[in-house]
Amino acid sequence: MEILLTYLKVFAGGGIICTIGQILINKTKMTSARILVIFLLSGVVLELFGAFRYLESFFKAGVTVPIMGFGSSLAKGALKGAKEAGITGALGGGMEAVSVGLSCAIFFGFVFSLIFKSKTKQ
Amino acid sequence: MDKEQYKQYVKDTAPRSPEVRTLLPAFFVGGLICAIGQAISDLLSLWLKDFEKDQIAALTSAILIFLGALLTGLGVYDKIGKFAGGGSIVPITGFANSIVSPAMEYNREGIFFGVCAKMFTIAGPIIVIGIAVSVLVGIIGMFL
Amino acid sequence: MNKRKRTFELKTKPKILSGYTVVGPKEGDGALGEYFDKVLTDDLFGEKTYELAESKMQQEAVKGALKRSGISKEEIDLTVSGDLLNQIYASCFAARELETAFLGLYGACSTFGESLIVASLLINTGMIEKCCCSTSSHFSSAERQYRYPLELGNQRPPTSQWTVTGAGASILSADGDGVSIDKVTIGRVIDFGIDDVNNMGAAMAPAAADTISAFFGESGEKPEDFDMIVTGDLGRYGGELLLKLLYEKNINISKVYHDCGAMIYKPEQQTYQGGSGAGCCNVVFNAFIANKMLKKELKKVLLVPTGALLSKDSPLQGQTIPGIAHAISFRAPE
Repeated sequence: MEILLTYLKVFAGGGIICTIGQILINKTKMTSARILVIFLLSGVVLELFGAFRYLESFFKAGVTVPIMGFGSSLAKGALKGAKEAGITGALGGGMEAVSVGLSCAIFFGFVFSLIFKSKTKQ
Repeated sequence: MDKEQYKQYVKDTAPRSPEVRTLLPAFFVGGLICAIGQAISDLLSLWLKDFEKDQIAALTSAILIFLGALLTGLGVYDKIGKFAGGGSIVPITGFANSIVSPAMEYNREGIFFGVCAKMFTIAGPIIVIGIAVSVLVGIIGMFL
Repeated sequence: MNKRKRTFELKTKPKILSGYTVVGPKEGDGALGEYFDKVLTDDLFGEKTYELAESKMQQEAVKGALKRSGISKEEIDLTVSGDLLNQIYASCFAARELETAFLGLYGACSTFGESLIVASLLINTGMIEKCCCSTSSHFSSAERQYRYPLELGNQRPPTSQWTVTGAGASILSADGDGVSIDKVTIGRVIDFGIDDVNNMGAAMAPAAADTISAFFGESGEKPEDFDMIVTGDLGRYGGELLLKLLYEKNINISKVYHDCGAMIYKPEQQTYQGGSGAGCCNVVFNAFIANKMLKKELKKVLLVPTGALLSKDSPLQGQTIPGIAHAISFRAPE
């Protein structure tokens, strides 16, 4: 029962965030890159003010799978780096925290672009 | 009508996106992708018991990025996006899509100037702003 | 404001000897599918890139039109063509095979009108006898040039249009039989301050209204004499705007008004406002309208190809979208 409730929260959290994204698309005609940047920055800000932790403990993947999670990781990594390693941590901590995701995106982007070709839309 | 009146008239009368018909798919697809992410994370923590929480999180996003990239390569993600809009743009899979789709689009111009150079035409701002802000946050963090 | 006349009557009445159209699969499934000469099953057309496919489509259209008219390419004095790509890639590369004198044009989606006007004015001078006018557009090459990668999972806004995958060619001649070109009005660049790149219809409608009112004002013709007044690719919403703008100038064309972009697809094909592109009004005219005129189902037609003259960079530099429209009036053979 508890697991169902968890997934319900994840579903609702993710759904609400994406719906906000859709409202932005409908109302402002923003392109997808801008939407992603806005959510990324909101993740950074929420992390900076310590609010992301609470959202994460409640919604779990519902807030970490949206690109906000990426922003939060960047900020969390930078803060942690600054605390533990000083200036080098401050400069590299954010990148370090998201390095796995970023490397994967670049690697798979490269590999799949060699395998697949884009197709005409119908 | 002069120019100002025309602009206002177009603003008032131009067809708009149907709200309910776009919001519901965004909610459900967005929720579903997050639930899949949660499931991946739960399964990984069952399987890799000695991994730390951060490692599980990084691996989860790596798998989601792989899935987003694969669906883009197979020509499925744009169809999901057409249906779900924000529901498939905002999750990390949408980020993967924004990297893989230009890379694929420009593979006809070769690996060097096509794939490698054009890979970040859409995701570039996300990465640049994200990293620039994280450096700022890190510097702020030094004084906290 | 410049009051110079922009409407010219062509005394020699250049004739359209033949036309030929090549379209993609989606257009073949569309509302006018049965009228096109050649419908591709694969819009890569055996080529490596969509740009080359578009170029080959234009070549095919020219070959087809020549064959139908019964004249050889050695008899063609001039080819006037254009498309939407940078440096009009498709047209220039199609012209490699033609070996005729060549003029490349860019007028965005209005290019077909531009090419007919250039050709017919030159024919009217008597210096040129036979001229080939061809234009093309391709959804996939236009999409990557002006918008986003094909596989990007974004949504198209409801004001957007779908670039037609199609190429068409018309063979114009000083004499012979066929639909004749009667009068032409050369458009002005008009910018009413629309900055939404997904609402081209609204950006081009003021230019179409300007050209149509100039045509009727300067030629002495009346809208009620026409069986059809058809714009290039204003789309459904752009067409409504045009009717409203003209109505304010006391010109009522609503009874005979159509739009090639709104005609080409079926509603269930989800193209929102309809088709667009340099190939759009070309294939609709050559496949559908010109044939109706040859059958005398339409006697007098005013074709108003419209174009949005933006570049990929101009919106990023904060510029609004300039529009242009040309008008060409046709008469069915006697």
